[in-house]
Amino acid sequence: MDKVLEVKDLHVSFDTYGGIVKAVRGVNFDLKKGETLAIVGESGSGKSVTSKALMRLIPNPPGRISKGEILFDGRDLTKLSEKEMQKVRGKEIAMIFQDPMTSLNPTMKIGSQIMESLIKHQNLSKSAARERALELLRLVGIPQPEVRINQYPHQFSGGMRQRVVVAVALSCNPKVLIADEPTTALDVTIQAQILELMKDLQNKIDTSIIFITHDLGVVANVADRVAVMYGGQIVETGTVDEIFYDPRHPYTWGLLASMPSLDTSVQTELAAIPGTPPDLMHPPKGDAFAPRSAYALEIDFEHEPPMFQISDTHFAKTWLLHENAPAVEPPKAVVDRRRSMSANFAKPRLVEEAVR
Amino acid sequence: MAEKLLEIKNLKQHFNVGKPNQVKAVDGISFDIYKGETLGLVGESGCGKSTTGRSIIRLYNATDGEVLFEGENVHGKKSRSDLKKFNRKMQMIFQDPYASLNPRMTVGDIIAEGIDIHGLAKTRKERMDKVYELLNTVGLNQEHASRYPHEFSGGQRQRIGIARALAVDPDFIIADEPISALDVSIQAQVVNLMKKLQREKGLTYLFIAHDLSMVKYISDRIGVMYFGKLVELATSEELYKNPIHPYTQSLLSAIPLPDPESERTRKRIVYNPNIHNYAEGEAVEMREITPGHFVYCSEKEYKQYKTIYAK
Repeated sequence: MDKVLEVKDLHVSFDTYGGIVKAVRGVNFDLKKGETLAIVGESGSGKSVTSKALMRLIPNPPGRISKGEILFDGRDLTKLSEKEMQKVRGKEIAMIFQDPMTSLNPTMKIGSQIMESLIKHQNLSKSAARERALELLRLVGIPQPEVRINQYPHQFSGGMRQRVVVAVALSCNPKVLIADEPTTALDVTIQAQILELMKDLQNKIDTSIIFITHDLGVVANVADRVAVMYGGQIVETGTVDEIFYDPRHPYTWGLLASMPSLDTSVQTELAAIPGTPPDLMHPPKGDAFAPRSAYALEIDFEHEPPMFQISDTHFAKTWLLHENAPAVEPPKAVVDRRRSMSANFAKPRLVEEAVR
Repeated sequence: MAEKLLEIKNLKQHFNVGKPNQVKAVDGISFDIYKGETLGLVGESGCGKSTTGRSIIRLYNATDGEVLFEGENVHGKKSRSDLKKFNRKMQMIFQDPYASLNPRMTVGDIIAEGIDIHGLAKTRKERMDKVYELLNTVGLNQEHASRYPHEFSGGQRQRIGIARALAVDPDFIIADEPISALDVSIQAQVVNLMKKLQREKGLTYLFIAHDLSMVKYISDRIGVMYFGKLVELATSEELYKNPIHPYTQSLLSAIPLPDPESERTRKRIVYNPNIHNYAEGEAVEMREITPGHFVYCSEKEYKQYKTIYAK
């Protein structure tokens, strides 16, 4: 499949009075046409900063992309001028934010908010844009679009508002859609509706989606591939089956084990991850997750682990995959769901950083 | 567990009474909470679950109905000292750990506020000892007592909220979405802490949340609310195995599970309130399908459900 987007060694940092916060520390990933990549991680892991960097929405100062490339259609987005970037933003790469109330303008009718980017990017006339806006509202499942197009955001419920935001984002048929926790503020039933809508629209218009979330249930529902972020780095990436049925990084184990499934009995204690996320002003030496990990080896506190490759699509950044590492038993919740993956290599391979 | 700690009888909470924008946030719900159990309350936002919690603890004056705590009515006229006595037994943990702690008070003072009001400590030293002990109980350090809330992370703040609730030795704690604002890895920490405290102190919880898998995990019994009404109440095992009310079925079918395989095959059930088609004057109320499993239904539906259940 063709790669739509390629991120290479991305570093984002923020200059504050207290020092430099290294929010994203060397992130590599690519996005193929028509696929959904989920980025998971807790707050402060750098997932939202990564997505904002793709859109060049990091406020500068204090933030800056200090290193790395974002290749989109053969162009490096980090090198574009603000004016050139404005042509990409909304047209080629669109974004859906977490809170539908704050991402819509409360003083503008929703019709004009959808028409805005159509007029700007596609040079449509006002009446043609209005027609297209009606079509979009119908597409995202808003009843009575002729009436609703003249209403203001406060007249919509949370789920309906998020549908409007989706309509705005999709108005110019973007190649990449970045959804930053689009369903976190919504109820489960509404969340299910929005997820179904997004999958449905993806089939219709063939966009690639980057889906940022901390809810593993949602990930299992929407993703083709998953990237797990911790402390500003991607610690594991693989297809959705590889991450859920054959995870290799202790942090992924922790995430999977700390969620009760519907058949977790009341007696078993949840395997909480102890401690708190690392302070990215002074990133820990070695493996950022080591201080919270029961599986940390001595080397984890000294040297940052390299990437190991487990199959063509599965990578994990942990010393546990090194041939000299002791064999460890993952938490019970992970072992219970483990399956053998046929595509796995006989032995994890060390990935040379220079090659990637 | 047979002993009732709390009885809620036909509780109603209406807002803007008599105005055109009258809202029936809670519209006649009845249930009991037994000593030492955790009752989970789930439903979509706006279904009245938080309002129920707030009415029970008298943050709102109920429009109608009774809340009996150990046989005594919570609402109605009360003397100051009665109110104080009652406030000691019932405490609340709030959803937003950022908004629920006073940013201008030290953590020590926040936790000790209840101790001061109820005069539970005679000397300064005793007061601080109590605070330190509480901080240890919830997994924080003594040194944290002199710090301010902004110095803590979300999970730590929620621990402070729990310590504050525990300070007056309550019997009953209402936890209104205590983990919704926290990260997954931190949620498990707080839930484990709450379960540990329940075991050690014999607390009773009313756990309000919309995360159904977490509610199932922590609760003994679960009530499902829809539009100000309780539509189903059963033990958590029973509710997930045999959901009867169509709304409960739809709610359960919408939970995303962390398992790609089941997600690919998942069929979502959509709830349409019109299917009930209640006739005018038809008595719709909570009826017991099997012992301990209540469903809000009409006489006709009751028979229907019973036959379905018998299969």
